[in-house]
Amino acid sequence: MTVEVTRSRDGLRLARLDLFFVELLRQIPVSADPADSDAARQRLYPGITADPQENEEWRTYVHPELAELFSGAGGIVREDLETFEQLDDTNDNWAFEIPADHFDQWLNVLNQARLSLAARFAFTEEEMAQSGPATIESTRDLSLFQVHFYGFLQECLLQDIGG
Amino acid sequence: MGNGDTTVEKESSTATELDIPWNVVVHNDPVNLMTYVTMVFQRVFGYSRERAQKHMLEVHQRGRSIVWTGVREPAESYVEQLHGYLLLATLEKAR
Repeated sequence: MTVEVTRSRDGLRLARLDLFFVELLRQIPVSADPADSDAARQRLYPGITADPQENEEWRTYVHPELAELFSGAGGIVREDLETFEQLDDTNDNWAFEIPADHFDQWLNVLNQARLSLAARFAFTEEEMAQSGPATIESTRDLSLFQVHFYGFLQECLLQDIGG
Repeated sequence: MGNGDTTVEKESSTATELDIPWNVVVHNDPVNLMTYVTMVFQRVFGYSRERAQKHMLEVHQRGRSIVWTGVREPAESYVEQLHGYLLLATLEKAR
């Protein structure tokens, strides 16, 4: 499995993608949605202090703004994900470009996805410190691979941003 | 977790005596990338890369870092921004 990453003024281009990686990329907004997991929702929408009343107010006034921010970024990423190019007749040579002016939204949604998956599957610090699962034999393995692949994309974007 | 050794960023303010200073605390999580956390500290607080990295390493090594101290309203605004970047941040009364 290979992904070719090249940079230009216009953005970050991913090429030589096979259908497995195309599907992983298409899953980013799906994985970012915490709707089906209390653990993921709590991680994406944390409280502010140890005081339950203050946290209730935070939920009322701040969480809707966060939801709007996350949803806006998600919309941009979803639109970008409509632009895959199939470069030849094989299913092993798809390409895709993340526009430079969308890097912030991509970093945000990749982070939403990584945090949601990690919360859903309760990945350990040890699992996160490794470079990914040795084999993919379960949904949990696949999700851990997703978290690491999305982290790789974040690192590529951060290099361009200068972070 | 951190203790009295924690580095504290202070900012002058016009707080009255009734305004108890609040600490903005960022907590460690094993998911956020170190380079990402550094970038967020630079963006949100305007810290230099070195200062941002110092706080990032404190979060990573000690489990938490007090990244800003001051009056409540801006402290809340900082926590909201940090939550927007998906960092685990809370407010605590300064001691």
